[in-house]
Amino acid sequence: MSHSMKTLAVATSLATALAAHFAAPAAAQEAKEKCFGVALAGQNDCAAGPGTTCAGTSKVDYQGNSWKLVPAGTCTTMELPDGRMGSLEALDRDLPQG
Amino acid sequence: MSQAEFRAALLDPGRPAPAGLTDPDGRPAGRRFDVYRNNVTVSLTEALRQAFPVVRKLVGDEFFTAMAREHLRAHPPTSPVLMFYGRAMPAFLETFPPVGQLPYLADVARLELALRESYHAADAAALPPGALQDLAPEAVLAARFTLAPAVRLVASRWPVHAIWSANMRGTPVPTAADAQDVLILRPQFDAEPLLLPIGAAPFVAALLAGRTVAEALEAAPAFDLTATLGLLIGGNAITGLSTGD
Amino acid sequence: MLDRTAMDRLPARPGVGYKPQHFSNILADAAPVAWLEIHAENYMGEGGRPLAQLRALAERFPLSVHGVGLSIGGEGPLDRDHLARLHRLCGWLNPASFSEHLAWSTHDAAFLNDLLPLPYTEATLARVADHIDQVQDHVGRRMLLENPSVYLDFTETNLDEIDFLTEVVKRTGCGLLLDVNNVFVSCTNRRTDPEDYIDRFPHDLVGEIHLGGHDEDRDDTGAPLLIDAHGSEVTDPVWQLYARTIRRAGPRPTLIEWDNDVPDWPVLAAEATRAARILDRVTA
Repeated sequence: MSHSMKTLAVATSLATALAAHFAAPAAAQEAKEKCFGVALAGQNDCAAGPGTTCAGTSKVDYQGNSWKLVPAGTCTTMELPDGRMGSLEALDRDLPQG
Repeated sequence: MSQAEFRAALLDPGRPAPAGLTDPDGRPAGRRFDVYRNNVTVSLTEALRQAFPVVRKLVGDEFFTAMAREHLRAHPPTSPVLMFYGRAMPAFLETFPPVGQLPYLADVARLELALRESYHAADAAALPPGALQDLAPEAVLAARFTLAPAVRLVASRWPVHAIWSANMRGTPVPTAADAQDVLILRPQFDAEPLLLPIGAAPFVAALLAGRTVAEALEAAPAFDLTATLGLLIGGNAITGLSTGD
Repeated sequence: MLDRTAMDRLPARPGVGYKPQHFSNILADAAPVAWLEIHAENYMGEGGRPLAQLRALAERFPLSVHGVGLSIGGEGPLDRDHLARLHRLCGWLNPASFSEHLAWSTHDAAFLNDLLPLPYTEATLARVADHIDQVQDHVGRRMLLENPSVYLDFTETNLDEIDFLTEVVKRTGCGLLLDVNNVFVSCTNRRTDPEDYIDRFPHDLVGEIHLGGHDEDRDDTGAPLLIDAHGSEVTDPVWQLYARTIRRAGPRPTLIEWDNDVPDWPVLAAEATRAARILDRVTA
């Protein structure tokens, strides 16, 4: 693309993007301002990531790495053209301890 | 008894509890030591569960828990600030044989990490759109945009946006293994993963690296510039503009 | 310069550990909750919703910053980066109180996310006192040190826990945070008398009290083994021990801690109400 064409393309793109932005309903902009409370339902529920604790737990899980697991996640329903995708290896192994 | 011994036994349930730890009658601590072992394993597993909800859904709860246990023993947190725990997870997933058939998993983990980084990034006010409107076309090409600290770019050869969205928002699961690049913006407080137009990632990467708009356009041969600028402006991502040098 | 006057700036009323899911409830009507405590490490990001919420809360409530990751009892040096983060947070937030634990959690750059136990010996005492001096210098304010929940004994231990804590205060000028649930948990696990512990505690050094729920398990011999789980209501024996504490010490800022299986706000507020009634009885 020549320099003048590029200049024209940028100017047009920016003008179009700005026009679309200004056409957005003002109410949506206003709602954004207020939303520092709870995350919108279904949005970012996990975005904050792990927090800290100063408590112990009585839920027990500290055994060694001895697995016998079958895949049960949503990946198993994801049929994609790439032959590799869509399945976990069924786990059936005992790792050496220590 | 040293804290090195204590730590080694905490992370390895095959080891006996260190000597010198007892119950009130002087018997070996046994289950009493296991309380600490358990606290470490369960709390860090829970941290990883919260950190990677989509990876967890993809592999299933039981599988994820077992995988997390292995991960946390190999890669315990290096900082008490747990909000960023899991940075070693993408590389771990790339070399963990049981997930070898899910080549997209590492990029999904990268997307989840980037969303968290965005969520906790510094606040920055967007440039008033009028400031862009008044620029002459030549000045736009010469300008460098400052993008908000919350902006992240995750480029992938897998349909990571569709995979994320199917698991978090209930949209249809992807039917093609297309490459997808994700632009994460945080217009206010919620980090939002947006699908970038095809070919736009090098343009955004160049802007993030502080290149001029002209240089960024050189980096990306063909893409939908209008749509890309629309995402950046609509997501309050452009926070500054320098037209000098 | 250390701020040595900050000890009693939390009101001698109930507070709760702040959880983001309660943000709207707290802004609408927090009563009887008079102050809030946060875990320092959850507010060490650069911005976004967590800090925006914290700024909003700081305008309305006295705040307590409670660190859970400094590893004051660690054998290695304190984490300089973490000290700097604490200094920054306490600097802009200017909380009414700052506290940490008598425990360790980091070894050789691995953060283990649990409050791990220490043998009470002269060597531990010297190390803990040295670390608290550094914390108070770096953060620029006096800290409160919390008594731990412990599940086992060290054969090395040759100092009593209360004597240990009292000596730390003498050497560093810090204050104490008395966790009454931890007293009940530790005394049960060590088969010592929790009432005797409360009666012997130096209450004039206490700037804050913690209450929380525990779970019950058994050790290898079938003996009760209590776990400091913070996932349920405060138990009746702990309320009784708290009432005994307040009768001896007078009203003190009292925190309800609930970190696992966090309930809806009314359940947490009900726990605060129960603490308020005990505080009122002594004040009246």
